[in-house]
Amino acid sequence: MKAYNIIDHEYDVVVLGAGGSGLRAAVGLSEAGLKTACISKVFPTRSHTSAAQGGISAALGNMGEDDWRWHMYDTVKGADWLGDQDSIEYLCKEAPKAVLELEKYGVPFSRTEEGKIYQRPFGGMTKNYGNGIVQRTCAAADRTGHAILHTLYGQALKHNTEFFIEYFALDLLMKDGECKGLIAWNLNDGTIHRFRAHTVIIATGGYGKVYYSATSAHTCTGDGNAMVLRAGLPLQDMEFVQFHPTGIYGHGTLISEGVRGEGGYLVNSKGERFMERYAPNAKDLASRDVVSRSMSIEINEGRGVGKDQDHVHLHLSHLDKSVIENRLPGITEAARLFANVDVTKDPIPVVPTVHYNMGGIPTNYKAEVLTMNGSEKTVTGLMAIGEAACVSVHGANRLGSNSLIDLVVFGRAAAKRAAELVKPGTPHEEIPETETQKCLDRFDKLRNAQGDNSTAELRLSMQKTMQSKCAVFRTEKNLKQGVDEIGKTYDGMDSISVKDKSLVFNTDLVETLEFDNLIRQAVATVDSAYHRKESRGAHAREDYPKRDDEKFMQHTLAWCDGKNTKISYRPVHQSTLTNEVQYFPPQERVY
Amino acid sequence: MVQLSLPKNSEIKKGKYFKDKTGSKNLRKVNIYRWDPSTDEGPRIDTYEVDMDNCPSKVLDILNKIKNEIDSTITYRRSCAHGVCGSCAMNMGGKNGLACTTPHAEIDGDIDIYPLPHLKVKKDLIGDLDGLYKQYQSIEPWLKNNSTKETTEIYQSKEDRAKLDGAYECIMCACCSTSCPSYWWNGDKYLGPAVLLQAYRWIIDSRDEERKARLKKVADELKLYRCHTILNCTNACPKGLNPAKAIAEIKKMLATANV
Repeated sequence: MKAYNIIDHEYDVVVLGAGGSGLRAAVGLSEAGLKTACISKVFPTRSHTSAAQGGISAALGNMGEDDWRWHMYDTVKGADWLGDQDSIEYLCKEAPKAVLELEKYGVPFSRTEEGKIYQRPFGGMTKNYGNGIVQRTCAAADRTGHAILHTLYGQALKHNTEFFIEYFALDLLMKDGECKGLIAWNLNDGTIHRFRAHTVIIATGGYGKVYYSATSAHTCTGDGNAMVLRAGLPLQDMEFVQFHPTGIYGHGTLISEGVRGEGGYLVNSKGERFMERYAPNAKDLASRDVVSRSMSIEINEGRGVGKDQDHVHLHLSHLDKSVIENRLPGITEAARLFANVDVTKDPIPVVPTVHYNMGGIPTNYKAEVLTMNGSEKTVTGLMAIGEAACVSVHGANRLGSNSLIDLVVFGRAAAKRAAELVKPGTPHEEIPETETQKCLDRFDKLRNAQGDNSTAELRLSMQKTMQSKCAVFRTEKNLKQGVDEIGKTYDGMDSISVKDKSLVFNTDLVETLEFDNLIRQAVATVDSAYHRKESRGAHAREDYPKRDDEKFMQHTLAWCDGKNTKISYRPVHQSTLTNEVQYFPPQERVY
Repeated sequence: MVQLSLPKNSEIKKGKYFKDKTGSKNLRKVNIYRWDPSTDEGPRIDTYEVDMDNCPSKVLDILNKIKNEIDSTITYRRSCAHGVCGSCAMNMGGKNGLACTTPHAEIDGDIDIYPLPHLKVKKDLIGDLDGLYKQYQSIEPWLKNNSTKETTEIYQSKEDRAKLDGAYECIMCACCSTSCPSYWWNGDKYLGPAVLLQAYRWIIDSRDEERKARLKKVADELKLYRCHTILNCTNACPKGLNPAKAIAEIKKMLATANV
């Protein structure tokens, strides 16, 4: 193997990823006086947080009475009781503080008549434990993610955070089960960098690109999740993949739930507002898994619209023009660009589209990574936040606008915890060279791969399998086929080909490394789904249509060594963090 | 006699030609700027025949199709694919824009794809935006307000919030700045439309307490007044924003306010 020149760095903490959660953590760490590096494969404002539209949930009560306990109940119910209630309590209680902090950072929230932060209704957000709709989702028009991401980047600049931009992370450096740093490849000049750190915080986002049609960016490849798998640690609840009800048909672009929050509704080929049949109370504002399933049933039963009757319509032309102009300008533009629709006149063609990964790296509410070794244990030196993490606050299904709040609450929590654990300037341990060698061997092997299979072909094959075998509705037979087909695609990597051999901005190699990351997560996802023989939240098994709390009120843990998996379970935390709120026992979930 | 020689890498040669292998009757020729810093070769234009029967509507779709099916070595930035992240800004058919929102049907004849003009090129279609990012940092893009109360928000009227519309939406793609002749010549000193629009966004935020200091900071012959209202910026903005107007507003504030 050709020797690579390695540049060494030492930091108290390394944050991997510069989206909403990574930036929030980096700001907190800098404030705490810890020497922090923030590494990202894209410039921070290009991160996928920028695509979040509708808003960020917090029981501020600006638009009528609200209570963080109501928010907690909604989140527990939305999660179909798979969420850890200690973490959910933390999320909902800290949420108002976190939003006010964002406002002080300068986020240009939309405003009420009194000049307060504007809040809109969103799916599954209710008052008084399920009795009526509440306006809890704080919005900056329909560009809330963009506004938050740019503001947080500004704060990071204010705090002189050290960024390593357009660096692609390769692997974690582990020693005796503890994380000691990571290795990254600088795309700008082709050099390899080894970062030693007392704590690594993974904030690499979701892995939507394992599917063919997703609202996710091309860069949503879950690189951190795959690094965790390669480090011999498990991923949690990977079978829970959220299909957003309203992706633009044919293109996948997200149309915010805020459209339905502002009064838009779904219609089938008969012109029926079919959600009234599936969710008599919440209707179009039922939680996302419920709406996506209802749409799929309508389409499967022949009531879809269009030539192939394979999608439905989202109407908003009845809304007041000023509402569309002031509160939904971004989706107006998206509908024009990607569906050729003028929303003031015509409906938007929409279809359930992969949007969010509830699963990811298991953590506690302090963002410390967990593993199982007889019992639950934290992994020293490793934290995870944002979509990459599975805290788990979203359980089996995330509520809309609970993602942005997750980013900032747990970004902040991670920084706090790291500040407790790490004393600034503590000397670093030596890491065995074998860790570096193992990482560079994989890198070099892929870089010089000269097989017959192009990365794009293998990726397409994986995406098509996931789309058809691990979709909104699942069966034993389909999932078994999925496991086999994904396994075959994994084997195809033995003969992968990379044409570009250079080291500077070699995006051929980047896409291949990303594929290597994706396929491992596809294995974990489809195998976790195969083993969960019940229906819960986003995981709907036609052969096991009921939730089975006796067997499956447990988090799935999946270890993957290549395509070989080990599946195990850990119990859901069935207690709250404090006695300020009571544990919500499982109930039937109706909207 | 004075000897004039062009700088290295300024001559663009004809490169490889990738003939269609699909047998499609509906082909378009796509000419792409290529340059790899790891070789000693200068830049070239490679030409690809692309089957348009199986290609979605945007320029980014063409690039992805070429990378996936014809030549995996072409290099460009892309991420969100729907015009919010600003990664895929480039020059297409002679105009700056986002590849993911620019329909290829709007380009007549062969489709020419170049990096954004007047940037150092890192590789192929990837331009060096480090200078622009440093300028962005220099305008201190964060709210300056001494309110420290944790439990309350800073109130802002609907009218004051409306002033931010057209300014906060900027995605920093740099289409505007790299279309501006003033920025081409003085990009190291003139802040350019993208960064001035960001400066304006903080100057007019009613919550900010440092308006005067912010104005003073940009009130500079080079930083601000190199804008000669050419309006290429406004013409180039893929988000429909108007940086030229923002710059004019800053100039107006400086002319009328006691700074």
